[in-house]
Amino acid sequence: MNATAVRAGFLTSVQDLGRAGFREFGVSLGGALDPHALRVANLLAGNDESAAGLEITFGGMRLRFADDRIVVWSGGYFDVRIGSTSLLAGHPALVRAGEEFSIDSPAGGGRAWLAISGGIDVPVVLGSRSGDLRAGFGGIKGRLVRDGEEFPLGENMPRAKVLIEKLRTEKIARWKPPHDWSSPARRSPVLRYLRGADSVRFVESALQHFSSEGFFVSPDSDRMGIRLDGPRLERSEDVDLLSEAVAPGTVQVPPSGKPILLLNDCQTIGGYPKIAHVITVDLPIAAQLSPGDRIRFSEVSIRDAHALLLERERNLEQFRRGLEPHFK
Amino acid sequence: MEITPLGDSALLIRVAENFDDTPTGALNRVLAAKRALEAAQIPGVIELAPAYTTVALFCDPVRAIDAGAPIEDVFGWLEQRIQQALKSVAASKAFGADRGRAGDNFPAYNSIEVPVCYDQEFAFDLDEVARNAGVHLKEVVDLHCGADYRVHCVGFTPGFPFLGGLPRQLATPRRDVPRKEIPAGSVAIGGRQTGIYPIKSPGGWNVIGRTPLQLFDPQKDPPVLLRAGDRVRFRSITREEFERATK
Repeated sequence: MNATAVRAGFLTSVQDLGRAGFREFGVSLGGALDPHALRVANLLAGNDESAAGLEITFGGMRLRFADDRIVVWSGGYFDVRIGSTSLLAGHPALVRAGEEFSIDSPAGGGRAWLAISGGIDVPVVLGSRSGDLRAGFGGIKGRLVRDGEEFPLGENMPRAKVLIEKLRTEKIARWKPPHDWSSPARRSPVLRYLRGADSVRFVESALQHFSSEGFFVSPDSDRMGIRLDGPRLERSEDVDLLSEAVAPGTVQVPPSGKPILLLNDCQTIGGYPKIAHVITVDLPIAAQLSPGDRIRFSEVSIRDAHALLLERERNLEQFRRGLEPHFK
Repeated sequence: MEITPLGDSALLIRVAENFDDTPTGALNRVLAAKRALEAAQIPGVIELAPAYTTVALFCDPVRAIDAGAPIEDVFGWLEQRIQQALKSVAASKAFGADRGRAGDNFPAYNSIEVPVCYDQEFAFDLDEVARNAGVHLKEVVDLHCGADYRVHCVGFTPGFPFLGGLPRQLATPRRDVPRKEIPAGSVAIGGRQTGIYPIKSPGGWNVIGRTPLQLFDPQKDPPVLLRAGDRVRFRSITREEFERATK
């Protein structure tokens, strides 16, 4: 059974949890910029947490389904509706065949992830259904979703079928995950970071600027990276570095002195000095940034970064167990 | 050997101090380290990415914790296991050994001949490279085809091989203003390296020809023609041969 993107929106692509395991071939990780949001949405829709969904940037999307589906969305502050009924983030809802699901432009944040029961059933390429828009493969023919486009959905899993029956009358479930799991857009975002090994290659004032001043998100930001305007981060030495691995979260500084926070579609290697690395649990905050937003950076220890990651995973495990009664 | 965090989910292992003096030595150390780390099957490790003098180890800290790593020192726990795995590498005389892992899908590094058409239409910057080297166009082609290359790293775009072994004379600085679009298959020189653009992309290297070979095919396993460690030679082909090969 298919879904139809009546309106594709500003920038919509198919994403799952990305294609780990191919970095040595120069293949980007890819996947949802907030993988945690997609995992939560998938679990609520009765899917495996790694099912492919839609990453919707700046909204403007309208969808119809050929059969009944559970949908769950998470992300920024969007006005989402099924027909004329408003749907809040994190609430599983039934969309009947032919009904219209719409997601308008956001009041805050920039991206939303939509899980559809059954998942989006495009072919798996290099271990993932994610669209690699730069290299042009995966997802829907390696490109963005287009207006009027039809795409295949997988079959509803038994757990989703249970939920569809339960929601026949109330349509929208009253339960949802804890608030901050489904809406990480922040008013004054602070990204916590670990100091990069190359931080010694910068003058002292650059490190002070980085940790104390605000930076503005530049319009030429995308899924590869967020370009930042702010105080120039000056290096203490002007040497060419050999390229080595970089990853989502890496903050590299080209000769312009303007830092770039790398995201999931970044190259696998880079030769610019790495001043910092944003911690994994804060990348969802970065995923909501829009041009003009002001952010700050705050240093944490590796120990704290790992403790936060562990806490998030343990909470998700508990949440997964807590969901079980809803699918029985 | 220096091991530094690359964020909270990766470690960068510097296995060679220096690249320029002994590129082949560095490459062999990197490849041997990667093999040893793969064989060690350290809990929580997701993948290994080699580049020039380093191997990056990407991990899931939560899986490492589940396997016994202390929450307050996950990286210390991993580092211990990395050092242990690489001990044998440091002691082994087999550093120069040019073999893959036993039982590996890729038992040995390949030697691949890459046909290149150096026709003017494809070679946007052949003139610039010749001028910079102070030689005739034909000599550039002869020099480029006369050398043995090895892949030191794959990256930039999927399947892009960074090749060491370029004759010093051909070393040409990158263009001041990168091109917005370089066609797939373009063979180019950037500084002291040569490489091949597998897919259409922007780029700042000096383009000297084009190969009809497909360097990246996501439907294949492995998806790339060239991997770190592989040996490469270029062979000059005519425009007719190029057209035939792309049919």
